[in-house]
Amino acid sequence: MVVKFKVFRFNGDTDVLPYYKEYKLEVSKEDVVLDVLNRIKWEFSGSLSYRRSCRHGICGSCAVKVNNKGVLACKERIYDLIDVFGKEMTIDPLSKERAVKDLIIDKKDFWDKYDEVQPYLEAEVEEYPTKENIVSQKEAGQLLDADYCIQCGACYYSCPSVEVNSDYLGPAALAKAYRFNSDVRDDAKLERLETVNEIGSGIWDCVKCFECAEVCPKEVNPIEKITKLHLQTFEEGVADNNVATRHAVGFKHSIQKHGLLDEGGLVLYSEGPLGMAKHIPAAIGMLKNGKIPMPWQLPKSEKLDEIKKLVKISSTAKF
Amino acid sequence: MEKLKYALYTGCTARESTPELLSSTLAVAEKLGIELELLNEASCCGASHLQDFDDHLSLVLNTRNICYAEQREVPMVTLCNTCQLNTNMTKERIDHDEELREKVNADLKEVGLEYKGVSDVKHFLYAILDDYGLENLAKQITKPLKNFNVAPFYGCHNIRPSELHQNDESPYAPDSLDRLIEICGGKSVEYDEKNSCCGFHADLQAPETAHKLSGNALVGAMDADADFMVTPCPLCHLNLDVKQGEIGHTMGREIEMPVLHMPQIVGLALGIEPEKLGLNHHVVKAVYFE
Repeated sequence: MVVKFKVFRFNGDTDVLPYYKEYKLEVSKEDVVLDVLNRIKWEFSGSLSYRRSCRHGICGSCAVKVNNKGVLACKERIYDLIDVFGKEMTIDPLSKERAVKDLIIDKKDFWDKYDEVQPYLEAEVEEYPTKENIVSQKEAGQLLDADYCIQCGACYYSCPSVEVNSDYLGPAALAKAYRFNSDVRDDAKLERLETVNEIGSGIWDCVKCFECAEVCPKEVNPIEKITKLHLQTFEEGVADNNVATRHAVGFKHSIQKHGLLDEGGLVLYSEGPLGMAKHIPAAIGMLKNGKIPMPWQLPKSEKLDEIKKLVKISSTAKF
Repeated sequence: MEKLKYALYTGCTARESTPELLSSTLAVAEKLGIELELLNEASCCGASHLQDFDDHLSLVLNTRNICYAEQREVPMVTLCNTCQLNTNMTKERIDHDEELREKVNADLKEVGLEYKGVSDVKHFLYAILDDYGLENLAKQITKPLKNFNVAPFYGCHNIRPSELHQNDESPYAPDSLDRLIEICGGKSVEYDEKNSCCGFHADLQAPETAHKLSGNALVGAMDADADFMVTPCPLCHLNLDVKQGEIGHTMGREIEMPVLHMPQIVGLALGIEPEKLGLNHHVVKAVYFE
C-alpha cells in the first residue's frame, strides 16, 4: 500500500521557519513508524534527523507525533494508523516549539520537571545490611505499573495543561511521584506530596482530559496516578485548604445535602465570599438566561434519606 | 422498530445551569418515540472531583445510580460526558473486581440495594447513533440545517480513555458528531481542536488554563468558518458559552460563537420549535433560529 508522509523539517542552525517535505512510500503490514523514518533517511534524505536507539519500546527516545497522536516510532504500526487516519499522514516532533533539528526536540523542560519530584528512592540504607529488603507481591502491586514509564515524553508533550501553562509539572513527573510514593521502602512521601500539591504547578492543574492515559505507549495511565496523589494528600492530612481542595470536598457536602449538586453553593464553598467577585460577569449572564435556579427551586434527589445514609456509612476520607 | 426505552440519568447540570439540555433531550426523545424514564432517585456522579477526595464514597454513589436503572430493567443513558465517564468507570471497576463489588454491595445492602451488572450505560449521543440509527433518524428530518457550517466539539470524557467507551470512536479522529451533523443537513467543519479539552475541570483553580483551552477551541471553530459549535457535553457547553466574554479577553479576539447542545441540533432538524429546545437559555444566542 502506498502512503503519503508529510514530514516536519527544520534545522535550528540555518532555517528561520520549519517546513514539510512529502515522501510517498510503499508500506507493508509489518512496518512501524520507525521503519518509515529509516527508509526516508536511507532512500530519500540522508539529513533527516530523529532519535532512535533500542528499537524495542524500552529506551523511550523515538516518540514523535503522527497526525497529532503521540506514538513510539518503534512500536506503532503503520497499518493501525491507516485504520484511523487513512493514507496521508503528517509526522511531527513531539513539540514543534522545542524542535532542534527535524524530529529531534530539546527535552530540557521535561527533565527539569522530572527532577522536581525526587524521582528516586529516598531511604536510610544500612551500609552493611544483614538481610534482604523484601517487598511483597502485594506491595509491589501498589505501584500500579507506574514503574513501566520509559520517559518518552509522549504524555507530557500531549498534555493540554502543559501546553498553556509552562509551570505545570505534567503527567510523567506526577506519575513518577506516585511511583515512589507508593513504594513501601521510600521515606519521602510527604515531601513529594508537598511538591505536587502546589496550585499552579501540581496535581490540581490537571484538566482531567485523559489524553495521558490514551497516549502512553507503556499503559502507565498517568491520570490514575494523579488521582491517587490527590487522594494521598487527604489521607496524609497534608491537603492545603484552598479553592481546589474545597472544590473536591464540596461535592460531598452538596450530595449530603441535596443528593445533586448545588452548583452555586459549590462555587461559593470553594472560592469563599471574597473569591466570588471574579465570577460576577459570568453569573450575570447566567442569571439573565435562566441558568441559576433560585434557592427554593434547587433540585433535590428523591430518596435523599437513602443518599444521606450512604454518605454516612461509605465515607472514608477526612478534610 | 421496537420501541427504545432507557432510564435517563440527567446529571446535575441539566437540572440547573443548562435546563435547555434536559428540555431538548425530552423533546427529541418524544419526537423519535424513545421512552426516557427519569432517574429522580439518582445522586451527583462526583464529576471526577469527589473521586479525588473519597474514592469509595464515589463508587458507592455511582453504583447506587446504576442500581436504579437495573430496577427498571433498561439501560441507562447519560447527557453529560463526565457523568458518562464516571458512571462507566465505576461499572468497569466493579465488574472486573469481585472483592470491590462485594465491598460496594455491602454498603448498598444497608439501604436495600444490590448491584447486579445488568444495565449498560451509554451517552444519549450513542443511543441515537447506534440504537436508533442514523438512517432511521434521516427519515425523520423535516428541517435540515442547510447552509450551516457546524463545528463539532466532542468533549474529552466521551472519547477518552477509549478502552472505557464501546463506541468505536478513535479519540484522534472521532466522527460520530460529524456524521450526526451531516444527517441533520449541516456541514461539519474540520478544525484541530474538535477532540481537545475545554479545561472545565481546572476552571476554579486555573482559570487561565481553562480560558486558553476553551479559547483555542472557539477560535479554531471561528477560523474554520463555523456558524455555531455543537457539543454532547454540558460542561464543555458551560465553559464555551457562558465564559465567552472573559475568554475573548484572554485570547485577545472578539468571539461570538453560539454553542448548541447535541440534542438541540437534532431537535431543530426534526422541526421542533426553538423555544421548546431552550435556545433562549444560551448566553450567546444562535440568532439564526429565532
